[in-house]
Amino acid sequence: MHNLDQIVQAAVVAFAATDDADVLEQIKAGYLGRNGQITELLKGLAKLPPDERRTTGAAINHAKLSVEGALSARREAIRKMALDARLAEEALDVTLPGRGQRRAGLHPVTRTLERIESLFRSIGFAVADGPEIEADFQNFTALNTPEDHPARSMHDTFYLQDESGAVAKGVLLRTHTSPIQVRYMQAHVARHAALATMPEIRVIAPGRVYRVDSDATHSPMFHQVEGLWIGEDVSFADLKGVIADFLRRFFESDDLQVRFRPSFFPFTEPSAEIDMAFMSGTHKGRWLEIAGCGMVHPNVLRHVNIDPERYLGFAFGMGPDRLTMLRYGINDLRLFFDGDLRFLRQFV
Amino acid sequence: MAGLEVEEEESVAPAFSRVVVAQIISADPHPNADRLRLCRVAVGAGDLLQIVCGAPNAVANAKVPCALVGAELPGGLQIRSSQVRGVESHGMLCSARELGISDDAAGLLLLDPAAPVGEDLRRHLDLDDRLLTLKLTPNRADCLSLEGVAREVAALTGAPASYIEVAEVAAGISSQRAIVLDAPAACPRYCGRVIAGVDAAAATPPWMRRRLERSGLRPISALVDITNYVMLEVGQPLHAFDNQQLAGAIHARMARAGETIRLLNEQAVELQDDILLIADERRPLAMAGIMGGEDTGITPATTEVFLEAAFFAPKVIAGRARRYGFVSDAAHRFERGVDFAATRRALERATRLVLDICGGVAGPVTDALATLPQRPPVRLRPHRVRKVLGLDVAPARIGELFRRLGLSFVRDAEDFIVTPPSHRFDIEIEEDLIEEIVRLHGYENIPAALPRAPLSMLPRREQERPVARVRQLLTDCGYQEVINFAFVEEAWERDLAGNEHLIRLANPIASQLSVMRSSLLGGLLANVATNLRRRQSRVRVFETGRCFFRDPLGGPVPGFRQPWRLAALAYGSVLPEQWGCTTRNVDYFDVKGDLELLLAPLAARFEAATHPALHPGRSARVLLDGQAIGCIGELHPQWQQKFELPLPPVLFEIDLDPVLQARLPQYVEGSRQPVVIRDMAVVVDHGLELQELLDALSAHRPAIVNDIRLFDVYVGRGVEVGKKSLAFRIVMQDTRKTLLEAEVDAAMQQLVAYLRQVFAAQLRV
Repeated sequence: MHNLDQIVQAAVVAFAATDDADVLEQIKAGYLGRNGQITELLKGLAKLPPDERRTTGAAINHAKLSVEGALSARREAIRKMALDARLAEEALDVTLPGRGQRRAGLHPVTRTLERIESLFRSIGFAVADGPEIEADFQNFTALNTPEDHPARSMHDTFYLQDESGAVAKGVLLRTHTSPIQVRYMQAHVARHAALATMPEIRVIAPGRVYRVDSDATHSPMFHQVEGLWIGEDVSFADLKGVIADFLRRFFESDDLQVRFRPSFFPFTEPSAEIDMAFMSGTHKGRWLEIAGCGMVHPNVLRHVNIDPERYLGFAFGMGPDRLTMLRYGINDLRLFFDGDLRFLRQFV
Repeated sequence: MAGLEVEEEESVAPAFSRVVVAQIISADPHPNADRLRLCRVAVGAGDLLQIVCGAPNAVANAKVPCALVGAELPGGLQIRSSQVRGVESHGMLCSARELGISDDAAGLLLLDPAAPVGEDLRRHLDLDDRLLTLKLTPNRADCLSLEGVAREVAALTGAPASYIEVAEVAAGISSQRAIVLDAPAACPRYCGRVIAGVDAAAATPPWMRRRLERSGLRPISALVDITNYVMLEVGQPLHAFDNQQLAGAIHARMARAGETIRLLNEQAVELQDDILLIADERRPLAMAGIMGGEDTGITPATTEVFLEAAFFAPKVIAGRARRYGFVSDAAHRFERGVDFAATRRALERATRLVLDICGGVAGPVTDALATLPQRPPVRLRPHRVRKVLGLDVAPARIGELFRRLGLSFVRDAEDFIVTPPSHRFDIEIEEDLIEEIVRLHGYENIPAALPRAPLSMLPRREQERPVARVRQLLTDCGYQEVINFAFVEEAWERDLAGNEHLIRLANPIASQLSVMRSSLLGGLLANVATNLRRRQSRVRVFETGRCFFRDPLGGPVPGFRQPWRLAALAYGSVLPEQWGCTTRNVDYFDVKGDLELLLAPLAARFEAATHPALHPGRSARVLLDGQAIGCIGELHPQWQQKFELPLPPVLFEIDLDPVLQARLPQYVEGSRQPVVIRDMAVVVDHGLELQELLDALSAHRPAIVNDIRLFDVYVGRGVEVGKKSLAFRIVMQDTRKTLLEAEVDAAMQQLVAYLRQVFAAQLRV
């Protein structure tokens, strides 16, 4: 029996002496293989007398189990060592950058337009679009600015040539997005002609507009968002509420003041200019012109067959380029139309 | 905050101190300098000062500004006693520029010979005056004069306004001209008078010159200055004719087409028949209310003046000056509306000033009068005020505001019946009165209410996706959005778009911004060039915007089609510079992949096509449901060179509308039968387009073939020159039963046989 203990002892030592799984299996063969020491001892049992065979057999089996236990423990240890080694070898520098395309960004003015659209959508404004080469009628006449009206000189208008090179009659590059409101109202009236009460018109019209003007603060092409709300009970007080609400949401700040100043637009009466002042930050305390607005002029409603005695409402027009500049602290309008990636990439 | 916006406020002169009116008593040569003079100068109290001066006009007796010792001039210059080339100097004689009054630095500022010596110069020249620039809206012509502004300020503040006292000037001679109103609707009132024995060469008094200059008008001659001055005072434009150049009666009549006149601005114009003329019995004298004629204008030799003050209807003046390419102060006022009740008063005021400044004797006023404009009463309903403003204004308050504005009214039960005054051309309807109320009452008194409105949801079609989503996809693919001008260089339209029917601007701001674009590509190429100059080596940009085409069937503006388009461009390496990826320049297939991603789940077809902007062998037409929606390809080497691009960019441009289509998903129950996948490679002619082969295959595929996918294209060793090997993965399934090996083999053989027969394809093994 002493011999058995020695064998187990020797096996444990031998197993521990190797880190190599193959070598371990070879060593195992010396104990448990076909001619291994334990196997030999088991073969020798047959020669023993039956009563001795039982006790010796039990002892040998016990030794065998010990060797097997030591073996599998060693196998597991070696496997784990190998795994650890592999893992260590496979380790990455996880701080290296990821591979692939880099995302680019929207133009900052688009970003502003999307925000404006979503804010106004949240109170039920639809978004409308219209042609940029516009009819003189929609751009001016239908907006209560007939030909030769002095107010036409408020807009320096781009005109087009016809194919013979003469100035084309009746068309121009729209000077504001207000003609969209005319087209929208016309369509709305036509669509709901059969109803006793015309559903409310709530719409904003964003887009590019054009005026003959080019310096640090004027671009010959710029953006405008026109807003329009017509119903049976829409007043200047509602206009004030909507504008103040919008500016606070757009700038995500209650820290600003809004004021309305009398002004003149042919298509609204009464009309006002909207100024805004931040109460903190770079522009603190300075009144900034943000938009023009007013109650839609009865002549404009009449032009689209809406009864101005029954329906009334407000319109406003604001400059998203300017809003973008204020929002992000941009100081030069020309950056918007220059295509400089170093500028544009900042708005990813 | 009530309507007159002060655009600018500035002082007449910058701050300076201790500068007085001085007289040069003597000016002797400086002993040590040729160009300098030694002046002895009187400055009022005390002894004469010795001052060294280098101005050429520093001569004895001249009255000039003198900065005394201790003076501080604009720019911080301190005047001290000093030695100039060995001679003591106790002060400095000043030019207009040294005092910041004007840019004139040619010599000393010469003052009125009558100026009191020793008087403070600021006081003498009224230099503490302040200039207010008002930004007037076109409806407020009544404020285009000092009296008008005073009237407005009085209404706003309640302060009393004082107006110029004008007395009638009695006739001292009997000479006068008959006036005939041939077009009484256009000119319903014309006042004129002769003033004889005037000195047209008389000097305009300094105070009048100063006021004109500070109002932005250039002094010309006393008579002309007086007419301008009265216009600024009371708002009535006047005209002075040389009476001796006139023949017979004065007519206010419409021009006959083809008549010509030479204007005071030396422009000779041919008149159209909607131009109102002032004419005598021989010829046109003036474009009424716009500009006088050169031949009958005032000259220094004029001794008799015919003064005109008239009312011309805004409609016959509006836009005419602009049509002939100029503007005038008179036209600016008449087209907005001039007070027709104040015509005669202005004439009397001007007469008084002429007599005082140029001398002479006035004849009687001829006041020709037809029917003046009517001021129909306007009804104001207080409940309407409430409805429009969302604010109650008490009737008593309304009455008070109207009285302050000089709007006369009577009450009709609750309502106000208002008769607008003759100087207001902007009060025609109830809303105009509501505006008057609110601008005086104050917009700040209107509550900012959160509106109440019927709520209904806005429609949102699932089969459309918003443009925002499309833009997002492109930015996710690494394309930066840009916004370029819609007017472009003519060459781009010709070269890049092959556009023969240009839409030119009639008044472009620059020649490279003169044609409306029919393609977004030019702008994107210019963006690349700009960014390369700014040391960017990789550029990916896109734009969505309208393009413009002449199209007889176009709408909604007839004659034009203005579709939204989308264009993108990739230049430089396919990926941003980074570790672990070999750099490779972007190619057609990279960008095509982006476009396919953008269109998914819709699948476009691409067919080889030429495009003026693109490489003829590397460009394709993009089709969706059989409709051409745009193009894609590599830039033509010719334009690559022209834009000075080291590498070829790849671009696409498509209509935006089809991209906004989305597919409403439709569920089909999947089959549980197993799918069988087989690969095959065939060798075909190198020139064969994949699309042709795929089209033919899918038209002839066995029923069990679900999908045929290309997974490799190979040219090289093992494939004959002039051929290519295409490898396909064939996906097969029978939805009702498990496929048998024999069925699969038969299907594969059928495909191979078909390709062999139609395309002479060889199975590659």
